[in-house]
Amino acid sequence: MSGINLSGAHIAKTTKLFINGEFPRTESGRSYPVKTKDGDILTHLCQASRKDLRNAVAAAQSAQAGWAKKTAYNRAQILYRMAEMLEGRMQEFVANRMLVQGLSNEQASAEVNGAIDALVYYAGFADKYSQVMASVNPVSGPFHNFTTPEPVGLVAMLYDQPFDFSTFMGMIASVICSGNTLVVVFDEPGATLLSEIGEVFKTSDLPAGVVNLLSGHVDELTSHMALHMEIQSILLASTDETRRGDIKEMAVENMKRVVPWDFAQKDLAPIVAFTEAKTIWHPVGL
Amino acid sequence: MLDKMIKKKEKNKHKDKDKKKHHDKKIVEAKKRKSHKNFQFEYSESLESTDVVKIQPKNALFINGEFVEPTEGSYFPTINPGDGEVLAEVAEASAKDVDMAVRAARKAYETTWSKISGAERGKYLFRIARMIQERAREFAVLETLDNGKPIKESRDVDIPLVAAHFFYNAGWADKLDFAFPGKKVQPLGVAAQVIPWNFPLLMAAWKIAPALAAGNCVVLKPAETTPLSALLLAEVIQQSGLPPGVVNIVTGAGATGSHLVNHPDINKVAFTGSTQVGKMIAKATAKTNKRLTLELGGKSAHIVYEDAAIDQAIEGVVNGIFFNQGHVCCAGSRLLVEESIAQVFTDKLKDRMQKIRVGNPLDKNTDIGAINSHRELEKIRDFVNGAREEGWDYFSASATEAPSRGFYHKPCFFNHVASSATVFRKEVFGPVLAISTFRTPAEAIAKANDTPYGLAAGVWSEKASKIQKTALGLKAGVIWANTYNKFDPSSPFGGYNESGWGREGGRHGLYPYLEVQ
Amino acid sequence: MIHDRFVTGHGGRKIPIPYQPVDQVGAEERAAFFTKRSIKKESKLDALYAIISMIDLTTLEGADTPGRVRQMCAKAKFPVPSGIDHDFSKHPKARAVPSVAAVCVYPSMVPHAAKALQGTAIHIASVATAFPAGQLPLEIKLADVRAAVSYGADEIDMVINRGAFLSGDYQTVFDEIIQIKEACGDAHLKVILETGELLTYDRVQFASHLAMLAGADFIKTSTGKVTPAATLPVTLVMLNAIKDYYQSTGVRVGMKPAGGIRDSKMAIQYLCMVNEVLGPEWLTPDLFRFGASSLLNDVLKQIYKQVTGRYYYDKIFSID
Repeated sequence: MSGINLSGAHIAKTTKLFINGEFPRTESGRSYPVKTKDGDILTHLCQASRKDLRNAVAAAQSAQAGWAKKTAYNRAQILYRMAEMLEGRMQEFVANRMLVQGLSNEQASAEVNGAIDALVYYAGFADKYSQVMASVNPVSGPFHNFTTPEPVGLVAMLYDQPFDFSTFMGMIASVICSGNTLVVVFDEPGATLLSEIGEVFKTSDLPAGVVNLLSGHVDELTSHMALHMEIQSILLASTDETRRGDIKEMAVENMKRVVPWDFAQKDLAPIVAFTEAKTIWHPVGL
Repeated sequence: MLDKMIKKKEKNKHKDKDKKKHHDKKIVEAKKRKSHKNFQFEYSESLESTDVVKIQPKNALFINGEFVEPTEGSYFPTINPGDGEVLAEVAEASAKDVDMAVRAARKAYETTWSKISGAERGKYLFRIARMIQERAREFAVLETLDNGKPIKESRDVDIPLVAAHFFYNAGWADKLDFAFPGKKVQPLGVAAQVIPWNFPLLMAAWKIAPALAAGNCVVLKPAETTPLSALLLAEVIQQSGLPPGVVNIVTGAGATGSHLVNHPDINKVAFTGSTQVGKMIAKATAKTNKRLTLELGGKSAHIVYEDAAIDQAIEGVVNGIFFNQGHVCCAGSRLLVEESIAQVFTDKLKDRMQKIRVGNPLDKNTDIGAINSHRELEKIRDFVNGAREEGWDYFSASATEAPSRGFYHKPCFFNHVASSATVFRKEVFGPVLAISTFRTPAEAIAKANDTPYGLAAGVWSEKASKIQKTALGLKAGVIWANTYNKFDPSSPFGGYNESGWGREGGRHGLYPYLEVQ
Repeated sequence: MIHDRFVTGHGGRKIPIPYQPVDQVGAEERAAFFTKRSIKKESKLDALYAIISMIDLTTLEGADTPGRVRQMCAKAKFPVPSGIDHDFSKHPKARAVPSVAAVCVYPSMVPHAAKALQGTAIHIASVATAFPAGQLPLEIKLADVRAAVSYGADEIDMVINRGAFLSGDYQTVFDEIIQIKEACGDAHLKVILETGELLTYDRVQFASHLAMLAGADFIKTSTGKVTPAATLPVTLVMLNAIKDYYQSTGVRVGMKPAGGIRDSKMAIQYLCMVNEVLGPEWLTPDLFRFGASSLLNDVLKQIYKQVTGRYYYDKIFSID
């Protein structure tokens, strides 16, 4: 086990944010301690502010066109690389899950393996979903007419349901495999892994800004996320009915697609949920 | 004309036909070639007969397979925008009427519609499609009377598409397993559907046909200015033997619509209309579990590159903005023309607009009919006046003058408009085009995407790779390349961003009416 | 607009041929628009008279004889002879039926037509230039033209050299038209593109410009010997070319669809198209003609219906 002091000795470090491929501290300078299951202080998390959210959105926005333009094969390879990198650091993740939430080694390993599997699953879907979803439509007339899925654009993900690393990574993979970029807001316990996740992404050739991770108080950032006009869609990983309703209501301002996560971890459905169907007509003639 | 011909005969020119005549002499003769007067071709009025429709003075609600009086006894008039006269009175559904309709739909869903097979459901839809075809002329005339669109369009576009939508979706009813392979699908239950006035019957078909094919029951509210064709559809539905309550039609204005979408026993809301009302509905349903699809406004861009087939592009632009008086959510209301051909293009457009016949919607030669209501006409006029005050170059023309009675607006455009202009950014929903220029494809795409909407876009170029690149760059749900305003039941339709949620038409159009597991 | 093809004119001057691509589906859609026009009542009667005045009444058979040409010329002069024992023929509106614009015959038949039409304003058009294939040496085509003119033809309907055109040798096509135009003297030159052999609208558009730049007074769709002959969309493409040519030069070139226009309904669609694409300036026999034979009788039947309110029967009008 490396990196985390299992003996409980304090290491004075702060887990930073992951924005645009960098690890900045929150511009607000705020942080808060996170304790282990046993009550020891494990780390300090940055308490991201609305300005951090703004910066993350800007990064995701500028990364989106380039990410979507990469070949599907390329995106697939990067997602697979993410799985490889995660596997290489598996023990760190397992240790964290055991320490922070008191999972058994078996449980923690299962979660991390699930996350790896999810990355591989969506890596393999990146160059297939459009074949499954697209259609050539038999319109009446001399036209070639086809419908293909396109990424919805910039997705924000709000995660406040009980943390499961496997589900969490499945969400990220399903959203980005089609060319979306992502801003994730989550809190402890999952956010204690923010640095490690960011490092996996950063070392996997994932372009800067494709996934941005913010730790902090979900309550504080909810309305800023829901009302941000550059966000096209929100993945709601929340069991809080009130929050779901509030976000859906606020998201109406720019007609964000709010998608409560009620998908299987490995499925086409979440890919569908974060794409838009584009239909193109062209005459057939000489 | 006759006089001219008679005179011509009198002036018969002597011609020497001697084949031996010298060639030079012949030339001298030929120079005397008389030139003829031009024929002034005026199209006489050619009115479609209205005998085929019988409009009831008072029209009831269609609930549980029967026409019933509104419980509060309240009626409102619907007007023929072609002459401004009242066509008929239509029932205004109260909260109580809406509740009855929803209950009827729920009961039908639970007792009949969800019990019969997909094949049986399909048969009803096929039958309805056929009955619409058989009464096509009646529907077309009624639609033109109530909506103001030219008979040419209701006859050749709206009604044929209505039948096609029922026919297309009928076939899906027993093949839903193929729509989403590997998935289990189930209907949602009762759908509340609120539709606009620009394509009254077509929108009803877009809503009802996929909902029924997927196994849902519906309560539909047509727009208050165009309820009549939906009520005629109710008659067809009644005659088709569709089980009572599967389709219910409640007429009324915003309040009726509000009662409907807010009814607690609704599983799904589908709305087509303005972005403003769409947002209200989205807010109203945010804290419920109702599924919601929205087909809202647009400010669609029409990009014309210098290597386009210009004459066809002109037609595309004309069709894009003047079809259906410009009352089209996907109207190509922003023209982006490459600067190198801007002058030639706008000159040709001006020339073309001078041939557009604005007039009585029932005249078979009318190209632009009546604006649907006085309120819409005022809205369009406000936009036009505003744009003129902002100082943009205004041009308006047509081949004919609009009738003095009724609501009419001549086709027009504003040229050399900046991207910041109100008329370039806001949806006018009328025959008003805003023209701007661009220099490079990247700029064209960026300008086209510079809008909160994302419903449709057009692109004109004879270079295939440029078409592909542009189409991929455009953030819009429907891209018409080298064509515009084409619709088909098999082709998914719907927008990105503030143009709405979800798709209608095609396999994609079934999805919003199904629980897919 | 792409100017990538040139021909060399007098004095080595390079002349660009405008090349404007045409989208087939869009052009056909636009052409179909004119089939939806509903021309009734007075406007229909007016149109029917106009159509007759624009007809090039045509016979182009190997079996043409002086007798047949004489009969056709008689019909050309007096489509509704007053001597027919029928109330219609006495009607002022029947008396007002104009004569056709021209007769169109092979060069060998021109003398007979000239004789038959002596003293009338009816033009004599002759197909020359080794009609219909045009596959003979230029000298023979020129001799063909000169002979037709000397026999009394004041309009020459030539065919372009499709072999040269389709092989990309536009210069030869261009030069031939210029020389034939010279051989015509003051006889009007109609240049037949034979659109049924060019097949794409892009080529029709291009050939139209080539012909106009070479001096065509009219451009004409077809010989009538190739299918398809005139169609609404191909005519539309040519009308658009005429319009562009007029915009850039100020010269009004005429249009003649020929072949396949059999009835009044179709002819009225063409008139609507000319009216709305080029404008009423072109609605004159000086700038618009129908190359047709059976069209005339159908128009007469329609006039009969308009005037008498009764449906016609075939026996009223003579076959030829």
